Formats: sequence, structure tokens, C-alpha cells
Amino acid sequence: MMTLTLSHYLILAAVLFSISIAGIVINRKNIIILLMSIELMLLSVNLNFIAFSHYLDDLAGQVFVFFILTVAAAEAAIGLAILVVLFRNKGSINVEDISEMKG
Amino acid sequence: MIETVIFYVFAVATVTSACAVVTVRNPVHAALFLVLTFFTSAVIWLSLEAEFLAISLVLVYVGAVMVLFIFVVMMLDINIALLREGFVRYLPLGLGVAAIMLLMMLSVVTSDVFVMDLGSEPLPKPADYSNTKALGAVLYTDYVFAFEIAAVILLVAIIAAISLTMRKRGKTKYQNPSAQISVRKGDRLRVIKNMGKEE
Repeated sequence: MMTLTLSHYLILAAVLFSISIAGIVINRKNIIILLMSIELMLLSVNLNFIAFSHYLDDLAGQVFVFFILTVAAAEAAIGLAILVVLFRNKGSINVEDISEMKG
Repeated sequence: MIETVIFYVFAVATVTSACAVVTVRNPVHAALFLVLTFFTSAVIWLSLEAEFLAISLVLVYVGAVMVLFIFVVMMLDINIALLREGFVRYLPLGLGVAAIMLLMMLSVVTSDVFVMDLGSEPLPKPADYSNTKALGAVLYTDYVFAFEIAAVILLVAIIAAISLTMRKRGKTKYQNPSAQISVRKGDRLRVIKNMGKEE
């Protein structure tokens, strides 16, 4: 209990991931909170990578986190740009209003 | 001992603020709680000896991505009440899905099969060990191709974000450089012979 093991970090990451899953389900009207939940999910995955990198003493995990941060930054920038264009065209960011394609 | 205390304090703070992100009413507050989540996670990353990534999490995420989030949230005129509808209706479903996923992940993570004999804390690095230096040494040698692809991804993201949000206005005056370059003397200049003479 008092010494930290890999399981502590993996359990914390699993809890964070579950919170973001719940966030995606319960906030399904609000696209901003959806994007934030995705960021939270990526954070928990990064925590897994770093914990394994520490306990296996291998830097490859940290390199992966570096690339995940890069891609997540690009994703956030493009996602918010799409959000701004959507709001400009429809005057709303409600997910229910985005149903032209009947997907 | 002190590491354990730090881990538990910041793990509780991370989980609490993550819960607040998905439940608070105002999106601006949600973004600020997400900033808190990133800060506390950065502390946990620091305790895992990933100093460079902890600092870049604060700089890139808190400094750039979350500021962008807050900027966009404040710029848009959002009807919060409309976006909150269905929150209570989907709450049991969301909690159920999350609980099932959590149970599945915990059953894997805590089983003997998965957590092998690497349960104990590895030896701490010496004081003159530089995480940034070690990361750079592999990043620019073994992973240089992936590094270049990451650079291209960022370039594409810049171009995509600008081209998506750029608005064409009808009345703006602008230069057309290709037309300027490809102009020839004959297009602009007309030589008139016998000027001023009576024919």
C-alpha cells in the first residue's frame, strides 16, 4: 500500500479514462465538452505510457507521449476551427442541429 | 513515503477536477477545471521522472491548447440550458458504461497476469541525469523520421485551421501576385507614333 507500484498509475489512468467515457455519454449535446473529454482521454493514455516508460526504464514511451501531444494539439486546433465555422454557419453548436447528412 | 503521499494527493485532485470537467454547467468553468487536471497530471508525470514532458504538458496544453479552448468558448454565444438538456436522462447510461469499462480495465490491470514482476519502484536516476538530453538523443536519431512526420502534421494543422476559418469578404481589395508577375510591357504601355504631328 505505501510503496507505489505500476498498478497505482494504471488504476489512476483507468479511472480518468472512465470519467471521460462518462463525460462523452452524458454531455452528448455539447460539442465543446466532448472535445474536452477527448483531451482527458488522451491524458490518461499518456499517463499509461509514462508509467510504463518509468517502470520498464525505456524512453520509447516518453517519445510516444511527445508525438501524442503533437497530434493532440493539431486535433484541438482543427476541431476548434471546425467548431467556429459551424457556429458561423448555423448559429448553434448543438449536436442535434448538425444532421444534414442524416448519419 | 513522501512520493506516496504526493501521488495520492495529486491523484485525488486529478480525479476530482476531471469529474468537475464533465459535470459543471458552464463550459468556461469546465475548461478551467481541465487546466487544473493538466497541472496535477504534470506533477504526477514529474514524480515519474518525465520532467521534459511534464513541463511541455504545462506549456503546450495549459499555455496554448486550453487558452484556445477558453478563447473559442468565450467567443461563441452559447445557450447553456439547451446544451444541458438530456444530461439527467443520459446520466445513468453514462455512469453504467463508465463503471463497466472501469471494472474491465481494473480486472486486467490488477490481475497477476498483466502486472508482472515490475511492481517495485526502479532505482532513481543520478542527480546529473538529464531527461531532456536523453529524450533528445533518441528523438533526433532513432525517431527522426517520426519527428519529421510530426512537423508535417503540425504544418497541415496550421494550414487547415487557417483555411477553415478564413472568411472571404466581397469588397476587400487585394493584390494578385501571380498576375503582377506575369504582366508584360504590352499590357500596360502603348506607344503612339507621330504624336503631335499633323497628318
